[in-house]
Amino acid sequence: MIDTYLIPLVKILFVLNATLIGVTYMVLLERKVIAWVQVRLGPMRVGPYGILQPIADAVKLILKEDITPTRADKWVFTAAPIIVMVPALITFAVIPFGPVVNLFGRQVPLYITDVNVGLLYIVSVASIGVYGIILGGWASNSKFPLLASLRASAQLISYEVAVTMTLVSMIMTAGTLSMVKIVESQYDQHLWFIFVQPVAFVLFFIGGLAETNRAPFDMAEAEQELTGGFHTEYSGMRFALFFLAEYANMIVVSSVATTLFLGGWLAPFPNVGWLSFLGYVPSWMWFLLKTFAFLYVFLWVRATLPRYRYDQLMRLGWKVLIPIAIANVVVTGIVKVLF
Amino acid sequence: MITPTHYMMLSTALFAIGVIGVITRRNIIVIFMSIELMLNAVNINLIAFSYQLQDGIGQVFAIFVIAVAAAEAAVGLGIILAFYRNKETINIDEMNVMRW
Amino acid sequence: MAQSIAFYVLSTFILGFAVLVVTTRNTVHAVLFLVLNFLAVAALYVLLTAQFLAVIQVLVYAGGIVVLYLFVVMLVNLKRPPEDHMAPQRHNWIGFGLSALVLVELGAIIGYGAVAPAGPVGAQTSDLALNNVERVGMLLYTDYLIPFEVASMLLLVAMVGAIILAKREL
Repeated sequence: MIDTYLIPLVKILFVLNATLIGVTYMVLLERKVIAWVQVRLGPMRVGPYGILQPIADAVKLILKEDITPTRADKWVFTAAPIIVMVPALITFAVIPFGPVVNLFGRQVPLYITDVNVGLLYIVSVASIGVYGIILGGWASNSKFPLLASLRASAQLISYEVAVTMTLVSMIMTAGTLSMVKIVESQYDQHLWFIFVQPVAFVLFFIGGLAETNRAPFDMAEAEQELTGGFHTEYSGMRFALFFLAEYANMIVVSSVATTLFLGGWLAPFPNVGWLSFLGYVPSWMWFLLKTFAFLYVFLWVRATLPRYRYDQLMRLGWKVLIPIAIANVVVTGIVKVLF
Repeated sequence: MITPTHYMMLSTALFAIGVIGVITRRNIIVIFMSIELMLNAVNINLIAFSYQLQDGIGQVFAIFVIAVAAAEAAVGLGIILAFYRNKETINIDEMNVMRW
Repeated sequence: MAQSIAFYVLSTFILGFAVLVVTTRNTVHAVLFLVLNFLAVAALYVLLTAQFLAVIQVLVYAGGIVVLYLFVVMLVNLKRPPEDHMAPQRHNWIGFGLSALVLVELGAIIGYGAVAPAGPVGAQTSDLALNNVERVGMLLYTDYLIPFEVASMLLLVAMVGAIILAKREL
């Protein structure tokens, strides 16, 4: 009874809340990191070093007037932010934060569930999120959001192909679709997959930037061209949902990259004898550290690189990333057969 | 207790809804969507029997059905776009150029 | 028991959303109901322990094909709804005949099911349920390799055809 219902429920509640808190603090982290890059201080007023800024932002967004344009399609307009947010959150169901550990005399796995199609589940759930963007732009009944949403969805669909082809080569390397077994297979092969598949890692990282609409691919919210993007007509908490979903997607991409390429919860070089002291750090701590490092690179890239032009972005996706991803699959297959 | 008969009835009902959609609607996009519903009804049947017989062949065939549906959607929607560009309509009653 | 409840709830969703797809006047809303219908069908596949098919259903149908429909609905920016125009001489006799045929088939299934009820369905813990991806993959790449290649050719031809149809001038 406790094992089948209570513990999963507690885990779901914990992961959901931790994600939402993490997402709000990602906003603060982004502002701080970009401020430091530009030799500014960033938010400093609310709390020591601006540490309570997310709470102030949340209060402001909740108290703001929630406007629905008169000519908007009310149902779809309301549903769009939810459609964006839900896939980003339910992806965490299959992400392994750690192995099975002994907690208060019980064997508790540090993941919500381990399904035998884990990686495909993440890809398919992520593909649902694009509806929120298309519908948000369409339901606003306004031309700039519609153009922005068409751009954003075309971008998402194009890069989804490249990312999925990259994941195929990772599946071939790991020999499984289960997220937990992918980490275990890295333990068995004594290597993180980033050293086995460096090309796939670079492809996945670029694709991840584009999938989450981050700079330099943040075409969907090009202020100069489209007055803000597909969420121009949104205000208050609904706008915040679009915003938070973007950050939640960043955390998802970072967690998936950590699991696939950086050994998930494994300590660095778990099989080297004199590095075994690293094993004293708890496994979930390693996972969070690696994910955080990845998120930091996301922010760093935003502060450093200028935005791509739309045609350049599509050219990069279709003429560079997808051919390289397919070549990578072929090479992986040949190597698997020969060795 | 759920038996294959239940799944067959579900799939027949879904297929019937698809047929009604194809016959009664004039909007060609809705007609295409009704065809997708019918293909889904077929897939439900295939997978229900794959489960009953514990045989993976039904699932393999369902994958082929999905591939054909993808091809059909791509070509069909291309035709709709080409037609709309020429005639500014997607009503099937107005697609009567080839009719005698 | 839990399986029965899940089946009836999912069937209600599937049929309800299907009816809404066919009856809704607003095409964008119809596309949305189609997505919900496909998601319910995917859940039904999970109930039938076909996890791989469920994921493919969401990825290819809900995440791919229906997005294509949504794009076309938005590109075909209609000034008047197509249902306004209806040819008066349109014959529906074939339609009535087909519908009657489907109804007869439905009745036959119910009748046959009542006379000779089929046995209960297979177990949740079978090999096909636990190693679903491996089993389907092996079948696809051994016994059904040639149909698989033919399907890939079909997709290639469809892709080329769609591009030629949609392009304004070559």
